[in-house]
Amino acid sequence: MISPRYHREIPQRYRLEAGKCKGCGYVSFPPRLVCPECGKNDFDLFKLDNEGKLLTYTIIRVGSDKFVGKTPFAVGIVELKDGVKLTTQIADVNLDELKIGQQVKLVFRKIQDEGKSGLHCYGYKAILI
Amino acid sequence: MVGIVGYGSYLPRYRIKVESIAKEWGADPETIKRGLQLYEKTVPGLDEDTITISVEAARNALKRAGINPKDIGAVYIGSESHPYAVKPSGTILIDALGIGPDVHVASYEFACKAGSEAMYVAYSLVKAGEMKYALGIGADTSQGAPGDALEYSASAGGAAFIMGKDNVVAEILFTNSYTSDTPDFWRREHEFYPRHAARFTGEPAYFKHVVNASNALLEKSKMKPEDFKYAVFHMPNGKFPQMAGKKLGFTKEQLEVGWIVPWMGNTYSGSSPTGLSAILDVAEPGDKIFMVSFGSGAGSDGFIFKVTDKIKDIQDKAVKLRDMLDNGKIYLDYGQYAKFRGKIILNE
Repeated sequence: MISPRYHREIPQRYRLEAGKCKGCGYVSFPPRLVCPECGKNDFDLFKLDNEGKLLTYTIIRVGSDKFVGKTPFAVGIVELKDGVKLTTQIADVNLDELKIGQQVKLVFRKIQDEGKSGLHCYGYKAILI
Repeated sequence: MVGIVGYGSYLPRYRIKVESIAKEWGADPETIKRGLQLYEKTVPGLDEDTITISVEAARNALKRAGINPKDIGAVYIGSESHPYAVKPSGTILIDALGIGPDVHVASYEFACKAGSEAMYVAYSLVKAGEMKYALGIGADTSQGAPGDALEYSASAGGAAFIMGKDNVVAEILFTNSYTSDTPDFWRREHEFYPRHAARFTGEPAYFKHVVNASNALLEKSKMKPEDFKYAVFHMPNGKFPQMAGKKLGFTKEQLEVGWIVPWMGNTYSGSSPTGLSAILDVAEPGDKIFMVSFGSGAGSDGFIFKVTDKIKDIQDKAVKLRDMLDNGKIYLDYGQYAKFRGKIILNE
């Protein structure tokens, strides 16, 4: 991940900052410029609740280049209390214990390394609660 | 009154037992358990490092303090495993927690006492009236070379302390530092594992600095060991802090709550700070706490805390150290541990 893009995404990856449409209340994560529901372009920024439930998941057994040596690991779709659904890795879990519907919370973890000399990239991952 | 207004800690869920390490190196686990008084240690996950541990510990401190993160004027993280050689760990932490950008940030390094250094400077800045709150953190994912004695102790974890003047839960009454050039343990630039001078790390290093810092602190405060409900010393293994406490006149009962090393290992910069966190989790108003850290190289920082009435309002607002230590463990075998700690050479 190149530095400008990584830096641009920090409010979402680090702090779960979302946009709430002042017209219809639609929550967008990451924030948008125009509401897909009512077309307005006026949003309040707010921080999403970091708790939710696991809607579905899969186990990655053959990782892409940056995840070689980290397999097997779980990636799931989590629905947060604010209704936002996001895709995230599920950390600190025995994979055979995972079940759809489990309560999770998002924590701050390292997502990937840009090789041996590049950036460490941080963001959210889910853990079971 | 200046002191701690919020505290929090974090330990990874992964563990490895002394037996699993000893088996790989043909050592006798019972001898190690008896000699070092260590049974198991925490291991950071593949996605955990000093920064992620610091963020989670500081989140718990913020939950307890209940303050606006923007009011924090300084963030100092002490560690000997900062993920970057050049880029302070705190720059990432402040953006994760919504602190700053009007904030002073620095990474500290002084072997195992970098965390107490961070606490000391954070406290001093608030006491000097430079800022309303300052955050001092000690955290590490410490390194131990394969087969070395340190491999049984080097673990991961950390604790964070927000210093302030309002709603203080543990007033800092006295501080003291004791430092000398004592080459007992070091890691040269670009080296992966630290080196140590074996038995020289004991009397001339750990005990000299811990005991002298403690005696100076007792003299400065005109207090005696029996004036304290709790005491915590740096915990490189289970034995050293017990011996230091005994030399100084502290009892086993005073040390017990903060003596978490047998099941946690040595979290280096997070060692005595996590012990202090465990004590604050159960402390009662009026209790006095004696804390002395140790960092190879070498030096010790000492603090005397007096717990206030407000401690009871915040203890349950975040996860307690003992809950993280005793629950939710995931045990690794040595192969998994070697992979988690990057001890296996992989193709690029």
